Amino acid sequence: MAVAAEVVAEAQLVEQRRGFRRRWYRTPSFVAGISILGLIVAAAAAAPLITRYDPTHQDLVNTLSGPSRAHWLGTDDLGRDVWSRLVYGARTDLRVAFLAVLFPFVIGTSIGLVSGYFGRWIDTVTNWLVNIVVAFPFYVLIIALVFALGSGTRSIYIAITIVGWVSYARIVRGEVIVAKRREYVLAARSAGLSNTRILVRHLLPNVITQAIVFSMSDIVLDILAIVTLGYLGLGVQPPTPDWGRMIADGQTYLTTHWELSTIPGIAVVITALGLSLIADGLADLLRPE
Amino acid sequence: MSEDVLLRVRDLVVEFPLARGTLRAVDGVSFDVHAGEALGLVGESGSGKTMALRALVGLLPRAARIAGGSIEFEGRELLGAGEARLREIRGTSISMIFQEPMTALNPVMTVGEQIAESPHVRLGQSRRAAHVKALELMRLVGIPDPARRAAAYPHELSGGMRQRVMIAIALSAGPKLILCDEPTTALDVTIQDQILKLLRALQDDLRVSIVFVSHDLAVIAQTCRRVAVMYAGQVVENGTVDAVFREPRHPYTLGLLRSVPDFELVRATLSSIPGSPPDLASPPSGCRFHPRCAFVHDDCIHTHVPLMAVSAERAARCLYHEECAAEARREPVVAGA
Amino acid sequence: MPEPLLQLRGLAMHFPLRRGFGAWAQRRPAEVLRAVDGVDLDVGRGEMVGLVGESGCGKSTLGRCIVGLYEPTAGTIRYDDQELGVDRARSERRRIQMVFQDPYSSLNPRMTVRQTLAELLRAHAMVPRDAVDARCRELLDLVGLSSRALDAHPRQFSGGQRQRVSIARALALEPELLVADEPVSALDVSVQATVLNLLEELREKLGLGVLLIAHNMAVVRHVCDRVAVMYLGRIVETAATDELFTSPRHPYTQGLLKAVPRLVPGRVSEAVGVVGDPPSPVDLPSGCRFHPRCPIAQEPLCSTDDPPLAPGPGRATHRAACHFAWREPPPRHTPEILQEAT
Repeated sequence: MAVAAEVVAEAQLVEQRRGFRRRWYRTPSFVAGISILGLIVAAAAAAPLITRYDPTHQDLVNTLSGPSRAHWLGTDDLGRDVWSRLVYGARTDLRVAFLAVLFPFVIGTSIGLVSGYFGRWIDTVTNWLVNIVVAFPFYVLIIALVFALGSGTRSIYIAITIVGWVSYARIVRGEVIVAKRREYVLAARSAGLSNTRILVRHLLPNVITQAIVFSMSDIVLDILAIVTLGYLGLGVQPPTPDWGRMIADGQTYLTTHWELSTIPGIAVVITALGLSLIADGLADLLRPE
Repeated sequence: MSEDVLLRVRDLVVEFPLARGTLRAVDGVSFDVHAGEALGLVGESGSGKTMALRALVGLLPRAARIAGGSIEFEGRELLGAGEARLREIRGTSISMIFQEPMTALNPVMTVGEQIAESPHVRLGQSRRAAHVKALELMRLVGIPDPARRAAAYPHELSGGMRQRVMIAIALSAGPKLILCDEPTTALDVTIQDQILKLLRALQDDLRVSIVFVSHDLAVIAQTCRRVAVMYAGQVVENGTVDAVFREPRHPYTLGLLRSVPDFELVRATLSSIPGSPPDLASPPSGCRFHPRCAFVHDDCIHTHVPLMAVSAERAARCLYHEECAAEARREPVVAGA
Repeated sequence: MPEPLLQLRGLAMHFPLRRGFGAWAQRRPAEVLRAVDGVDLDVGRGEMVGLVGESGCGKSTLGRCIVGLYEPTAGTIRYDDQELGVDRARSERRRIQMVFQDPYSSLNPRMTVRQTLAELLRAHAMVPRDAVDARCRELLDLVGLSSRALDAHPRQFSGGQRQRVSIARALALEPELLVADEPVSALDVSVQATVLNLLEELREKLGLGVLLIAHNMAVVRHVCDRVAVMYLGRIVETAATDELFTSPRHPYTQGLLKAVPRLVPGRVSEAVGVVGDPPSPVDLPSGCRFHPRCPIAQEPLCSTDDPPLAPGPGRATHRAACHFAWREPPPRHTPEILQEAT
């Protein structure tokens, strides 16, 4: 009877491999998000191929011309091709946003891991720091920091890192506090595995999913911040094309050539939409069930 | 005794539409509950017992659908009767007790208020009268010092006390039928003992019927007169607890009885049932238990096996129930009378 | 009596609770949750000892202290005649391993079975590098799983199979003592026997000592050699299994046995096993902890004097913590079974 039991049991070992790889194309939000973002990223990457003009090239004879065959979206007040600026602007903004998310992600996750796991004074100090940063409104801090550090992408990275690590730290710390009580972590501890090993191998992979999902929305936030800084003249410096600057530059012509501000604005919205959809989809997919 | 059948369930089907097919959590379940009697629904995870119970008052999860069958309460059909009619019955004629008292009680209302709610709102009693009724009920369910406890919030009470409060709420509108969804599974043994004996006493005194869902055979043995054993969404055996436990006629029941460790009979080794319950979206052909059955014959694999009456109050869904009963007699789990 | 492997003496585990502002302002001392409050227990080599009790009695906490997950507040843990200190060396940790209750959270969901086992084998250098794979297969074989399970993730297994993987993991470090914390409570009844039989088999094959923590008395009766009953942080009775079940001496044990529902259908006596609710481990009763619920408690003795766990006359192995434990004749506890009136 015992042998038969095992044969039957083995035959019923569930072989579903419902991992990420098989499911992603069935999650509508993820697919939609990837499509949108993919399109934008592809356009940005293929910029030289799909544009005819250098985005910084000024044609003072041909300013503020509407859409035409030569200039698909027209030219701005300095005669620069709007379409080229849009596409190259995507390059700038996407690159800066993705990089800007990376540093807070890594730093915040590490701090969250350590403070959640060890607790006590490390946790107290971390919470204290978190509370200080969180006391200030996000934009106020970012703008103040960039202003103090001087405009430019380097300052953007520094400012966003200083302000942004907090969210990751909180998310990861919360997850770690729950996860460290899970029995598989207790088993690892009772087997005498080192704390480092437990943190990296057992806790990190299980808590990082929330941080990853958040990072997608965080990129959206960062793009908006970068665009805002650009609008205020603090962010990406001319002549590098940037959607924020485009919106600011086009502001004066809102009544006559509204497309100069609106089109980059729409580009921001669509990019944000794509990223949010990815975040939604990832939240579903990354659950290890 | 068909005049005093309070609840008659026939061929109940509950389905969940899934991406990979339809999952029939309950597949053609039938049972009767007589007035003043306790019926046990016993089965393990995936047997469909909880879904069947919840279907009786329409408390299924949103994704589930009742796809067939009939539920007759006091002679009137409940399926398709509309939400209004169901709501009329719920809490008054049929009430329910759940497994987790902490989540079944409202954390921001005192227990006194919760017990008085039905009499006040459903039966139209005045606040004072309802409060008096609540105190009376608390006494009935054995809560000491009811006047003081009535002002307590659920989190201030112990697990056993909360379960008693839930029972009081269930009794508050004078129901004819109480549905119990594993009410003692989350409780300690000594508290479970108190609650089971309370339920037993209440049932005797108030002549109320009970449907008791549990996976614990011993609890069913102590509480119910009749039992229906469920497996993979179907009833595989029913009858009086006495008859079914002494002489099971379905190999699953026999296997279950033999794997339950019991005090009085210390067996050399505990046996278990090999394998695991089937996927209800694509159940096995023929008899659903055949992949795990020790008595399996060729025709079990392909023949659809109906629930067949074995005697007056007994039925079994097995082609070889005689063989099973003989094996049960050879090595009985429960000593014969 | 097998040679003792594990010896606990006066073990205590107290958790201080945070004081509310009111208590702080009034300078009341912080309340202490006495989860384990003075436990003496022995487990011999190759012996299966059952530790039973209800929720809040401290049995899980005790198990975790033994395995080294908590640092005891007081008392000693002696293993193989050496005291286990606060900071255990890896080699010391190896020898006592734990099997946990919840099959759904006791395995890392992101690691395959192979990875889970290999990690332990490598961390303690149990076998040379090139033998790791073979050893993983052996471990799975010991618990009755085929090597196809090696590359699967926990979510692909049923509850019973996961528990077996947990046992394989516990065995990877070749411990001498296994602490099994309610290993079958979360499993279906028909599967429980598989895991219990496996533990029994392993005990015989490998000479493992096992401390089986359970709340189900019947389970314990079937597989354990000795049983200890715990109540509110203390052991109230301990004896060889058969003796405990046939002639329990502590009123709580008697009540507990009376409260367990039997498989025999029919009416049983109306009287409950134990009345009332268990008090909180924060606010312990004075004297004997069980006295508020005890049917034979006598004033003023029971509310002032905490009885020690003492053996009966001429019975070194049966001990009970009650002033009246060894009174003769002992009360009978087979419930009368009244036939169902037709």
